[in-house]
Amino acid sequence: MRIDCPNCGSRDRREFQYLGAAVLMDRPAPDAGEQAFVEYVYFRENPAGAHRELWLHEMGCRSWIVAERNMGTHEFASTRLAADVKRGAK
Amino acid sequence: MSRLTSGGQIDRTQPLRFSFDGKSLAGFKGDTLASALLANDIRLVGRSFKYHRPRGILSAGSEEPNALMQLGQGDQTTPNVRATTQELYDGLIAASQNRFPSLAFDLLSVNDLMAPFFGAGFYYKTFMWPKSFWEKVYEPFIRRAAGLGRLSGKADRALYDKAFAHCDLLVIGGGPAGLMAALTAARGGLDVILADEDFAFGGRLNSETVEIAGQPGAGWAAQVVTELAGMANVRLMPRTTVTGAYDGGTYAALQRVSHHLADPADHLPLETFWRIAARRTILAGGAIERPIAFANNDRPGVMMASAVRSYANRFAVLPGQKISLFTNNDDGHRTALDLLRLGADIAAVVDTRGDVAAMGDYPLITGGQVTGTSGRLGLKSITVSSASGRLKVATDCLAVSGGWNPSVHLTCHMNGRPVWREDIAAFVPADNAIPGMRVAGAANGDFSTHAALSAGAAAAAEALGDLGKPAPATVFPAAEDAPIQLEPFWHFTGSKGRAWLDLQNDVTTKDVALAHRENFRSVEHMKRYTTLGMATDQGKTSNVGGLAVMADLTQRSIPETGTTTFRPPYSPVALGALGAHGAGKDFAPSRFLPSDALARELGAHFIEMGVWYRPSLFPQSGETHWRQTCDREMRMVRSAVGITDITPFGKIDVQGADAAVLLDLVYANTMSSLKQGRVRYGVMLREDGMALDDGTCARLGEDHFVLTTTAGAASDVFAHLEFCTQVLRPELDVQFFSVTDQWAQFSIAGPRSRELVSGLCDEDISNERIPYMACAEVTIGGIGCRLFRISFSGEQSYEIAIPARYGEALARELGQRAAALGGGWYGLEALNALRIEKGYLTHAEMTGQYTADALGIGGMVSAKKDCIGKVLSQRSALVGPGKMELIGLKPVSPLKQFSGGAFLFSQGARQVLGNEEGHVTSHCYSPSLDHVIAMAFLRDGRSRLGEHIIMKDNARGIEAVCEVCPMVHVDPDGERLRG
Ligand SMILES: [Zn+2]
Repeated sequence: MRIDCPNCGSRDRREFQYLGAAVLMDRPAPDAGEQAFVEYVYFRENPAGAHRELWLHEMGCRSWIVAERNMGTHEFASTRLAADVKRGAK
Repeated sequence: MSRLTSGGQIDRTQPLRFSFDGKSLAGFKGDTLASALLANDIRLVGRSFKYHRPRGILSAGSEEPNALMQLGQGDQTTPNVRATTQELYDGLIAASQNRFPSLAFDLLSVNDLMAPFFGAGFYYKTFMWPKSFWEKVYEPFIRRAAGLGRLSGKADRALYDKAFAHCDLLVIGGGPAGLMAALTAARGGLDVILADEDFAFGGRLNSETVEIAGQPGAGWAAQVVTELAGMANVRLMPRTTVTGAYDGGTYAALQRVSHHLADPADHLPLETFWRIAARRTILAGGAIERPIAFANNDRPGVMMASAVRSYANRFAVLPGQKISLFTNNDDGHRTALDLLRLGADIAAVVDTRGDVAAMGDYPLITGGQVTGTSGRLGLKSITVSSASGRLKVATDCLAVSGGWNPSVHLTCHMNGRPVWREDIAAFVPADNAIPGMRVAGAANGDFSTHAALSAGAAAAAEALGDLGKPAPATVFPAAEDAPIQLEPFWHFTGSKGRAWLDLQNDVTTKDVALAHRENFRSVEHMKRYTTLGMATDQGKTSNVGGLAVMADLTQRSIPETGTTTFRPPYSPVALGALGAHGAGKDFAPSRFLPSDALARELGAHFIEMGVWYRPSLFPQSGETHWRQTCDREMRMVRSAVGITDITPFGKIDVQGADAAVLLDLVYANTMSSLKQGRVRYGVMLREDGMALDDGTCARLGEDHFVLTTTAGAASDVFAHLEFCTQVLRPELDVQFFSVTDQWAQFSIAGPRSRELVSGLCDEDISNERIPYMACAEVTIGGIGCRLFRISFSGEQSYEIAIPARYGEALARELGQRAAALGGGWYGLEALNALRIEKGYLTHAEMTGQYTADALGIGGMVSAKKDCIGKVLSQRSALVGPGKMELIGLKPVSPLKQFSGGAFLFSQGARQVLGNEEGHVTSHCYSPSLDHVIAMAFLRDGRSRLGEHIIMKDNARGIEAVCEVCPMVHVDPDGERLRG
């Protein structure tokens, strides 16, 4: 598998570390309550298709990356720096 | 001798000597081991897996199921080498496998007589009872009887390598389709890799008599290879098998670098395992001829027709004196013509088809079937049935052609299901089975040379188009375009003898019938029940035949019965190649302390902690047991001064206007209130509420902090900070960097530590200026250093950080000054025991399964601010009674040692799983107390101080009554720390 790092270009998957769904970007407010945090930490969709997820280019530029990957085919539709995505969301 | 006096692609000017089962033999450069054996009239080359049946060479390629050899001798032998792909070299030593005592006389061929007991599923039925027989009788018997080559049991001293390659276009297979594709793409300007498992490019062109552009096919291939070799944008990789197709255009390939060399240079690896990243791929892997099943079709001398043509045309060897053919298509006839041209004697051509005519001067039996064979160690005759009755034909070689199966293997590696093509009665690759891959030539069912050449050129033109380049104007060479003429015929059902499908795993048509009778009818079940296709050849010559037999039995068509599927690797890959640079010292990097050389001079004992080599003990003369050393070092720290190198602790330098904001988010306690020049102990949580790591946080300036982490968690904590700053809070103005390697750091601990450090620093470091939990920048010998007043031993203690290049010099200075004060170096054993005496945590306690509260530091979680993990650390399930709490343990009666991981039970409770109430985490002998102590998790432990409980270690047979006590055993009020 190869992943396009926005900084480094197409690199072998072994350079990256997978974290999980990109919902981890949206940490609940401190007063959102226990249930909100339980859902944030534990509850995940498992779609047989498009999935937004976080990867760390661990053995490269060490950027956290938001990737859109098809869970059925492993095809990547897009990769963006998580920091850019987060800043854009604000 | 079966070697022809002329012709072929062997180099008769380079004779080679080799040995087989101790017998010295001769061959030529350009031979494979198989062709050289046949040239020496050796037909019996091995014994079969289960029945120990005599076996000969079946094929001339990597699909070979029979001719597996043990190569080399002594402790550096390689088992299961296919003689059909092994290049001959001078001095090659080969031995046959799976025979005892010899190939011609094998005692275990008695298995063949017991065949009725060894049918499909025999493992599941025969060896069921009695249970005790399995280990002592059945398993040793099966292991002795079954199997392939043997390992030496010694370490493999061979060198293996791994490498990455990148290209625009990977062409897999160097036959007519692959060569044409590579040539077209290379002329069009693409970076091309052409890989072929053979040592000579050309594929079937090397084995056939077809002409391309008016010249012999092999000559045309050589001409193309010469042109490709001269192009800078082409990498030719002969002896390279592409073994797997993976996501994103990544392919695995095994290159046999020096298997063919008599005397390889020392630096050459045996094999290199490649990962090839290709933007586009053309699979031109050809096709594999398939056998026909009939009674006793496994005798030495029964071969594939294509293999007979390979041996005759390429290697100039006639595999028999009187050769017969059994075919359901025109290839059988072409074989006869080739053989006649070379002067061979054709005994008969048996064609299952009724309406065919002979293409030349040979006896033809139409509408005929080979129904049996004779010859114990080699074929002597075949029995032929036809409309005109039964006939016995004397022959020593039967060439069989049942049609061709395209090599769809790689197209299955990403779940592609091959599709059935009725006109060629074979599976072909599904469309777009591998993204970016096109299939051309025989691998796609295009069997004629013309079709292969044009498909190769077309696929390359499409790849060029994909990558934005025009296809070059290529002069297209003329070649034969004979249509396929085939009438499916899979197996002869009329006779009683066993008809083999899978020669390597000894699976016959009867085994498939048995699977059918016992209702293992799905292809996947049939495969596993009979083991058909599950040997090292993955059923390259047997899978479709097995399907056909099951289709007949279930009265369905072959595509209705199922498809064949294949998984990586295409052919076996040695673990040594997969693990290249992953064994021994290459397994992980080695990191050495700044004081490493000094510690070695002092005779320290070392242990590996993660990737660091750290001294565990500094034994002095006369100390014979590790405990003597450890106890002395502990007393030294508690009574004078001890030095230890703590460089491996993670150090993270954090700077920026929002540095304090970040630290308040990641630490459970508040860091923004920390004053400059002060240090605070901190704990980080994961978002699920469990403790991630603990360490210190020093504030060097308003916007400048230095964190320490435990050595093992350094990279996790760093990645956690990156997550927080990039994913959660990218707006924060903060930067950080790991400076673990930039600063050498030493701990100086003990009542005389200040005496030592003040003599070293240019500045005043009195208790007033540098009190407990203070930090300052100091100079030592003119070098800027950082001084921290922190402790991991409970003693008055300093940590000095110095730029790493001065680390060794400072270490030597510290050691000398400590010695003058009655102190010295101490190792990890003492360090660990000192912290247990004080109840300090390590990752023996902070396993990721416990909250700060369970660890006894719940009070650090600030009520006034948010932090990562705060909300979930207070989940109802994690607070309240019944939770694990960390406590201390001491023995009630004399105890030699506690046991890490031992369970704790209430007195009187049944000591069974489920009743345990906790477990021991860390333990040591305390010289200060003169008895052993431990740390342990215990249910509601903090409210059970003084209670007696049972420690039980069933694995080591230790049981003791202990008292629950506070974790801090030494200096509970911390007076020594502050003094
Ligand atoms: Zn990167």
